[in-house]
Amino acid sequence: MIAASTIEEAGFELTRQAAIVIPKDYSDGIKAMLETEPNELSKFVLKAMVENWEAAEADRRAMCADTGLPRFYVKAGNEARLEGGFVALERALRRAVAKATTEVPLRPNRVHPLSRADHNNNVGIRAPEIDYSFEPDADWVDITTVHKGGLFGTDYRMLFPGDGIDGIKKFYLDVLVQFGRRGLACQPAIIGIGLGGSKDTAMTIGKQAACLRVVGDRNPDPKIAALEAELKELGNSIGMGPMGFVGKSMVVDCHIEVAHTHTGGMPMSVHAFCLSSRRAVARLHADGRVEYRTDPAWFTDYHRREGVE
Amino acid sequence: MKEIRLKLPVTPEDLAKLEAGMIVYLDGPIYTGREGLYRRVLDEGLRPPVDLASVSNVNFHCSPAAAVRPDGSYDVGAVTATASFRFSKWMSRWFDVSGCRMVIGKGGMSEEDYRNHFVPKGAVYLTTVGYGTGALLGRGIKKVRAVHWLEELGIAQAMWVFEVENFGPFLVDGDLMGNSLFEIENRKVNEKLADAYKGLKEPALRRYGETTSRKDEVI
Repeated sequence: MIAASTIEEAGFELTRQAAIVIPKDYSDGIKAMLETEPNELSKFVLKAMVENWEAAEADRRAMCADTGLPRFYVKAGNEARLEGGFVALERALRRAVAKATTEVPLRPNRVHPLSRADHNNNVGIRAPEIDYSFEPDADWVDITTVHKGGLFGTDYRMLFPGDGIDGIKKFYLDVLVQFGRRGLACQPAIIGIGLGGSKDTAMTIGKQAACLRVVGDRNPDPKIAALEAELKELGNSIGMGPMGFVGKSMVVDCHIEVAHTHTGGMPMSVHAFCLSSRRAVARLHADGRVEYRTDPAWFTDYHRREGVE
Repeated sequence: MKEIRLKLPVTPEDLAKLEAGMIVYLDGPIYTGREGLYRRVLDEGLRPPVDLASVSNVNFHCSPAAAVRPDGSYDVGAVTATASFRFSKWMSRWFDVSGCRMVIGKGGMSEEDYRNHFVPKGAVYLTTVGYGTGALLGRGIKKVRAVHWLEELGIAQAMWVFEVENFGPFLVDGDLMGNSLFEIENRKVNEKLADAYKGLKEPALRRYGETTSRKDEVI
């Protein structure tokens, strides 16, 4: 049985970690780009970002003042048992976000869309979002928090089968260029691409591809993996870098997720997870242990299953 | 790259030294202000909460990740700019009302905005770097001097007055000549942009913006 208090403590710790500490896979990716970036201005930007992450960790302060929209991805083992059930889990995570908003502090970003009223705690209607997936033969619960910025770097388009790989590449370039100018996408970013499903699925899996897979990870399908590598290369050859300056550091990695889709269409989404790629993960074991890490391991074989059973 | 450290409030002589692409660090008082402040002062005609010119002539387009402690003091963590392009319609009047001569924000404004609104008032624009050097900028804030309209506008939109030291890095985007670093770089990027798209055919269903007129169909 996983205690509700354990969930609340882990939710708070995750929120703080995500806001302050850049995941190592991402910072290593940026440091590697710093080695190969020839442009002086682009290099200066990357260097400043590395210094910023060091300052955030040393001072224990948020790495970026736009602390994004805190949200959670919960992967529950099929045998996991929670004290108070999932209603208690959701209450614990809402409390954790409210507490972290004051104590880290985070910026109270969440407002009502029409009245713009701010509760000053990042909690509100459907906030924080909590999404679920399940895993067979496990009694743990994985909780991942992601604090993604929300304004730029994402777009959706309905393509058609005849548009083929050209259509995918063209829309991908369109999104990188339109939001890369002036650095609105806060690149170099992890680019997530959702292909297929229904429109909302395309958006959802593209965002998860950006936020829930680490730099260096490849899709297990070799054809998709090859396209990921090709698009990464293509994104870095536009001639644009950080802040939209001339450069070749645009895409720190590219991740693609697919879903079976309508036979007549090919919906596609592109998402950019920024220079403050805030993610942190905790595994809550049945015996009360909590283990922290930065790889969500969200896309398991079970999660990507294709057959009936 | 050239680097300069300036004392605030900034003087016309110092402003004249700034060129697009220079690295800048600041010392002295600055205040935050964005749509909430502009709306109240410029659109609703309310008196500013304080004599702005006496506070500083540097306006930061920013919302800090900050909290008010139970004892009424302030905990300022990270500080990052917000995208400035959406505030350009207010800038000319803001320079008149506030005496502001330096705007710090994210991503700059257009060269046209600089020439129409900034250059005539002798004002420059600095952009934050990255973006998201929030921890470095947070380090540069030595003191919260005051927070105005906290209740009316909330933490994110309130007018925060900060005392800063070695505050940066920033890059000069808009200088007094009306140059924009972003647009200079944009023009260079555009020279080679067609190469990236070379050989890719157009999708079957087009989108608004890809057609030449709103009277056209997207198919």
